[in-house]
Amino acid sequence: MDGSEALVRASLLAGCRFFAGYPMTPFTEVLEHFARLLPEHGGVCINAESELEAVGMAWGAAATGARAATGSTGQGLSLMQESLAEATLAEIPLVVFNMARSQGDYFQATRGGGHGDYRNLVLAPQDVREGIELVQLAFHLADKWRNPVVLYGDYLLAHTQESVAVEPLPLPELPPKDWAVDGSRSGSGVSRAVTPLGLGKVGQRDFGQEGKAQYIATKMPLLEREVRVDIGWIDDAETVIVAFGSPARFVKYAVQQLRAAGHRIGYVRPITLWPFPYDAVRAAAEQARAIGSFEISSGQLIDDVRIGAAGLAPVTFLGGVSTDHSGFGVGRLLDVEEVTARVLALHEGREQPPVPGYEEYAYALAAHQQEAAP
Amino acid sequence: MTEQHRREATGGDLGPVLDTSAPPAATARLVEAHKPDLLLTEDHSLCPGCGEPLAVRAFLDAIAELGMTSRAVGVVGIGCYTMFSGTIDVDLVQALHGRAPSVATGVKRMLPDAVVFTLQGDGDMVNEGLQEVLHTAARGERVTCILLNNGVFGETGGHMTATSVIGQRTKNTLDGRDAEQHGYPILIGDLIARLEGAVYVARGSVHNAGAVARTRRMFRRAFETQAAGAGFTFVEVLTMCPTGWFVPTADGPDELQRTLAEVHVTGELKVDGHVRTTAELQAENVAKQREVEAQLAAGGLDETS
Repeated sequence: MDGSEALVRASLLAGCRFFAGYPMTPFTEVLEHFARLLPEHGGVCINAESELEAVGMAWGAAATGARAATGSTGQGLSLMQESLAEATLAEIPLVVFNMARSQGDYFQATRGGGHGDYRNLVLAPQDVREGIELVQLAFHLADKWRNPVVLYGDYLLAHTQESVAVEPLPLPELPPKDWAVDGSRSGSGVSRAVTPLGLGKVGQRDFGQEGKAQYIATKMPLLEREVRVDIGWIDDAETVIVAFGSPARFVKYAVQQLRAAGHRIGYVRPITLWPFPYDAVRAAAEQARAIGSFEISSGQLIDDVRIGAAGLAPVTFLGGVSTDHSGFGVGRLLDVEEVTARVLALHEGREQPPVPGYEEYAYALAAHQQEAAP
Repeated sequence: MTEQHRREATGGDLGPVLDTSAPPAATARLVEAHKPDLLLTEDHSLCPGCGEPLAVRAFLDAIAELGMTSRAVGVVGIGCYTMFSGTIDVDLVQALHGRAPSVATGVKRMLPDAVVFTLQGDGDMVNEGLQEVLHTAARGERVTCILLNNGVFGETGGHMTATSVIGQRTKNTLDGRDAEQHGYPILIGDLIARLEGAVYVARGSVHNAGAVARTRRMFRRAFETQAAGAGFTFVEVLTMCPTGWFVPTADGPDELQRTLAEVHVTGELKVDGHVRTTAELQAENVAKQREVEAQLAAGGLDETS
């Protein structure tokens, strides 16, 4: 089956009962599979009129205690930012499938474009097999912390056909959702409110707006315990490469090949993008000569790598915008030979090779370079 | 400052300022002491003369009268009325500005037996979230969207909304809403009535006791229609906002009739799939008014009318 179907089947296994979405490549197949499979499993999938409504519908479904999800890509998720920020204050356990077109939405996912002091948990599987586990973990963590969880995938994850078994991930039991609304307590004097505002009902705890913000601010550091990371050959590594998601598979393979050739190179692969595994990067930086950030973007992950490295080792950007005519972030840079050449160049202290494809834009840049010249 | 002093200071023009230097000539008269069961307290933080508490009481009474209390779930928008989410004894979900209909959709799909309503203002529903309510109606979603329409952003202090009437003065239409510059008001009830998925659409008002009673009947009918699973239901209520209209508190009801109700004509806009025109509603309202006047002339109102 393709990655999208595997992620959807994993959602059903996790007890997902509601999905709403709006088609947009490469997320579209996730919506298609939910639309086909959810009704068969007693759930509901709505083809929302916009991403704004998709996230609203999922919000409402989640407020009743049902496991609910939505998702999109780049622009669609930009539209959802208001809700993804506010849902953190309302403590809505929402799972968001972000099938990104490149890794240039790293900031969108980990920093977000929403308002206020908020964080969404972000999980980034490297392949379909890990995706099946992380989807189930996403629903678990969303309920555990009552916070939105973003699953950051991409074109490769959503569209790769793999032979995989969708099996349940053993996870601890969670307490019942006594905060959810169902109408049964209406008129009892202790009816419930699922609200981002501090406004408490008469006779019940009333945070006030500031108090609610304080409470969420106190909760966020607890979520940092959920950090997950995959590390390889760090102990004696002179060069350490940081990468996440599908591109990390290419990096891991390149590092493995270079190791076999006798080069002391290791890797750090964040599985959670927020919370970011700063400690793992710091530990690597303490004894490495060079840290490289490989990413399919113009440089976003590198900010977190630099924070983690804390100046203990220089951090070099190894990635770049890499796309083909389809625009889905699967360009010429996503190639083991290209990745290997870049990792080796960093390891041997040479300059990075040019990003393939960039030379096509040299004519457009020439004018700017002239302007910039002193 | 006595009234005499003020008259001298202002050259005789007292303006819309209430004189509170002495007790009023006639004291306030308590007509009816009634607290809906689903209101935790009668206290609220809205302005004197506001029509929203009346509308909220009307739909809370309707829910209780229909025996739907323990299956009621509300989704509240953002506006002055949002403060009621602390005092309404109903399970509630607070939505972002404009987003209540989609949130209510998610709630209803997961709780098909619940009676789900939204509570929104005209800024929330007709400005920010217009597409939400239209699509929810078009889908025939089994929810009741409630619009408190006062033709003004009350919470920000009196600004133009999409339902403000032509000529209405607001803080950002100082010379009155001008169609050339600000466009025309959206008659949201009429728009929704044209959609196939909407089965019951009504526009009530709270400018006097009779209008409140009529609005409560509209709420009952909407909730009953929702519970029967017939489709989308919609109740719009015209409410006074003397603060946002910049008129004396007591002038609110008259101002409502003179401005808002002239454009957003009250009545049942769609019943059992049959859409009624503005002319039909106006004729019905005139006939009702004559009936009431005749009853008054004959010695008193018939309680059932």
